[in-house]
Formats: sequence, C-alpha cells, structure tokens
Amino acid sequence: MSGAMGEPNALAMLFFFVFIAASLGITWFAARRTKTTEDFYAAGRSVTAVQNGLALAGDYMSAASFLGIAGLVALSGFDGLIYSIGFLVGWPVVLCLIAEPLRNLGRYTFADVVAFRLQQRPVRVASAFGGLAVIAFYLIAQMVGAGNLIRLLFGLSYEMAVIIVGGVMLAYVLFGGMLATTWVQIVKAVLLMSGAAMLALLVLAQYAFNPLALFADAAAKFGPSVLAPGRLVSDPIDAISLGIALMFGTAGLPHILMRFYTVPDARTARVSVAYATAAIGLFYLFTFILGFGAMVIVGQDAIRAIDAGGNMAAPLLAEAVGGQAFLGFIAAVAFATILAVVAGLTLAGAAALSHDIWVSVVRRGHADGGEQLLVARGATILLALVSILLGIAFKGQNVAYMVGLAFAIAASANFPALLLSMFWKPFTTAGAVASIVVGTASALLLIYFSPTIQIDLLKHTSALVPLRNPGIISIPLSFVVGIVVSLAMPEAEAAAKFAATERQLHLGEEA
Amino acid sequence: MPSTSPSNHAALESLAAARWRIGLGLTAAMTGIYVVFILLIAYGKGFLGTLLAPGLSVGIALGVLVILAAWALILVYVRWANDHYDREVAAIRGGRR
Repeated sequence: MSGAMGEPNALAMLFFFVFIAASLGITWFAARRTKTTEDFYAAGRSVTAVQNGLALAGDYMSAASFLGIAGLVALSGFDGLIYSIGFLVGWPVVLCLIAEPLRNLGRYTFADVVAFRLQQRPVRVASAFGGLAVIAFYLIAQMVGAGNLIRLLFGLSYEMAVIIVGGVMLAYVLFGGMLATTWVQIVKAVLLMSGAAMLALLVLAQYAFNPLALFADAAAKFGPSVLAPGRLVSDPIDAISLGIALMFGTAGLPHILMRFYTVPDARTARVSVAYATAAIGLFYLFTFILGFGAMVIVGQDAIRAIDAGGNMAAPLLAEAVGGQAFLGFIAAVAFATILAVVAGLTLAGAAALSHDIWVSVVRRGHADGGEQLLVARGATILLALVSILLGIAFKGQNVAYMVGLAFAIAASANFPALLLSMFWKPFTTAGAVASIVVGTASALLLIYFSPTIQIDLLKHTSALVPLRNPGIISIPLSFVVGIVVSLAMPEAEAAAKFAATERQLHLGEEA
Repeated sequence: MPSTSPSNHAALESLAAARWRIGLGLTAAMTGIYVVFILLIAYGKGFLGTLLAPGLSVGIALGVLVILAAWALILVYVRWANDHYDREVAAIRGGRR
C-alpha cells in the first residue's frame, strides 16, 4: 500500500470543497425560502416521498454504517454483517407503528404527539429530556468519529476537523433550516449510495461480477470461518438485547421522527419509508461486498496497520481499486456523511429546546412566529458550540458504545411513551413522565455498570451488570412503569380526549 | 367539532382496530424473524457455517433473506394501506360531510 493515509490529499480536499460549496449554495437558496417556523422545522411540509425517503436514508446512514460496518466485515467477516442487518430491521416498525400517526398528530417534534392528549408542560419537559439525551450521545459519537476520521483522511488536526464540521453544519441549519438540511441529506445519500455502488462494482469486476466468487476467495485466503458466526456474539441474551435496541431505537430517534413532518400528508410519510428502506437495505447489501472486498484486496493486516478498529477499510479499498482520485472521492463522501448526520441531529435538538421547552413550557404556548424563529436559531448556535466542545472534550476517548447507548435510550425512553400515548387509552401524564424518566435512567445506569464501562474503560476487574446492552431490561421496564403508573393514577381528561386523538390519528388535522 | 354519526364512529373504530392488528402483526413478524436469526447466530454456529455453494454459507444466505423479509413486510403494509386503508379513510371523511 502507498502511504497516502493521513497525508493531506489534494483530490480529497478538492472533492470536499466542491461538496461544501454546493451544499452552501443549497443553503443560500433555502435561506431565502425559510421565513416561518413551519419552514424552519418542517421545510414548509413540501418534501415529496422520494425526497424524504432519500433524506431519511441520509439521516440514518452515519459514518458508522459506511466505514464502521465495512471495517467490521473486513476484520471479522460474517459477524460484521449482524450490524448491517440489525440497522435495517427497525424500519418496518417505524412504518407500521409510528410514521403515519406521528405525521397526523404532531407538528414539529415527537413530544407534540406524546403531549397531544396529556398535560403539556410535564410531558414536554420529559420528552425533550429523553430526546436531548439521545441527541447528545449520538452527537458525541459523530463528532469524535469526525475528528479521528478527518485526521486520517485529510491530515487535518483533530480539533480543526471538529471545528470545521461544527461550523459548516451550523451554517446549514442556522440559515437554511429543514429545507437546507433535507437537501444536504439527499445529496449525501445519493453520493454515499453511488460511491458505495461504484466501489462494489470495481471490486466485483475482479470476480466476473459474481459475489459468491468474492466470498469463496475470502474463505480460501482467511479460512472458512469468515463466512460463519464467530466470537462477536458470545452471549445470546446480550445479542438479543442489542438487536431489540437497534430495532425499536430507530422508531425513537428524534431526528428521524422529525423528518415525517416535512411531508404534506400521512400517505407521503408512508411511501417515503418504503423508499428509505429500499435505499438503506441496498446500501447494507453493498457493505457485504465492500467488507469482503477490503478483506481480500487490501488484506486484514494492512487495514489493522492504519486503524486497529478497521474504520479505514473502505477508503483503503477505494485506493486499491480506483487509485488516488477514487480515494479522494470516498474520503469526501465520508466527510459529507458525518456533516449531514450532525446537521440533522442539531436541528432536532434545536426543535426540542425551542419548540418544546421555550415555547410550550416557558412561554406556555404564547410566543409569536418571530420569537419562535429567533429562539430556534439561538438554540442552533448553542447546540453547535456544545457539540464542538463535547467533540474536543471527548478526544481520544473510546466512544464506540455511544451510538448503541443512543439507540438504547431512544428505544427505552421515547418509543414506549410514543406508542402508549397513541394507542393505549388509559395512558396518563404521570405514566408518560415515569416511563420516559425510568427508560432513560435505567438505560444510563445499566450501561454505566456494564462491562463496557466498568471493565473496558475503567479497567475494573468485574462489572455489576453482566449485559453490555441494556435494551432487554430497560425497554420492558419502561413499558411496565408507564402502564402501572397510569393504572394507579387514572386521568379522566386524557382518556376523554382519546376518541378525538384516534380520529386525528387516522383522518389527519383537517378532519 | 363536526358531528359524527354512530355508523361513522363505528367505521373509524373498526379501521383503527384493523390498522393496529396489521401494524402489530407485521412488527411481531419482523421481531420474530430477527430474534430467530440472532438465536441461530448464538446457538447454530455450525449450521450457519455450512456451505450451500462455494462462497455461500447458510448464514450469508439467511442474512440476505432477513433484509429481503424487511422489504417484503414493508411492501405488504404499503400495499394494504394504499389500497384499503386510504379508501376507508376517504369513505369515513366523505360520510361525515
């Protein structure tokens, strides 16, 4: 291998600047059309099904999907595919249970739906808390990933990379709101899909376009065990725990849920999930090829030599099959991927702070459009600064567990409250608050006392909790607490509003 | 608040129940397929490592099938909703006016 990794790569820089220039152009265009809160949070509800499908895919496919999974497959074969599959199976849940009711009941945030027939202020505070916890951990993971990656890909310093990501993302969200963020996601999704497809084709070209020949070659070079389950899943309960957190967490991610408000109606929301799942599934099928391709063409030792976690497998593969120019393109795509995900997270966080906390709790719903926009933009600046600071504060920390934690909190805090508020008549304000607080707290505590923190990070000899993934305990616990508290303290008003809720859930607002 | 006739209310109730049944059924199907896949990974390592053809292990074939199953479940729901659910919603809206 040539030693291009970690050196400033002129072509990568060029591709990256083209992407930045194009996305800032989109932002400038979007800024002129972003005048109301409806524009800022929901792109004027004018996004089509295909556009939203791609934007959902863009929001969902983080650098972890692209670089992380390709690396895992390259280093451990079949075991890496378990993640590819786990990240996809949550989408039927989003479609069947969440997308359409959310679109019909809410306006900007998922808290709109939880609070629909309950008391606004306690539910808003709790929901915003659950949402912001998910966003914080997701953001830290992305920012730390961005710093490390960009240092390896472009040779920039870690701090510089974090500041650039934070600054460019701030420009998108602050000026262009949801419209700019949506288009950045669409451009990124198309770039990522086409980059991965090109890479897969270049690999398969060496195997007469037969993926099985590639897998057989991998088995011949690295042993038949690369095509079978290995050590990654040693404890089945832990594996199921991770699996259900990935599944139900997808249906509780604030930045994904927020996307359903950008479309005109429930039918468009529904169809957009089908497009999103098609794109994401196809992308994860590409990761099979990319991972095994990197394993045989680059080689496991060469991948480990650059980055022990394998994160550079896909860029190294791009260099091996397409030369410096293609490496530059793939590096720029990876940078764009992080930028877009961070922008989506920040917008969802700004909506929670301004729409849920400021407008609904502090001002009790009495804030005019101008004030709402001002607060939303202030919250965006605040979140961008916080994410840059967190990115720098967590430099050098192992944050691999944080995306898993974000999914676990999303599945344990947001998903149960969302589902029960929409479909279970006896659900009450106290039940919702208890469910969200217990879901968040139990996920956090279980992770803190898990082997991941106690043994891997703090170097203790044992851990109080044997599970690395809290989902199998925290998700049912959150449901049980929500149900028991609701039954113990009934709320006549919430039950009385259920019929109207059900009506709007199916027929939409104009009904 | 527009007035709603009893038959209109009953139609909405039955539509809500149908949507809930289908949504929950498909979610349970996806969860079941995925949990079985994970259990096979945990307890059926040898079986998943069996080669069906050079390069194609049972594990890889089943992994692709899980992705295809997710697509199929999505297709089932979207078809049901586009054909049946939307028509019912339109009828309930129309019946009220």
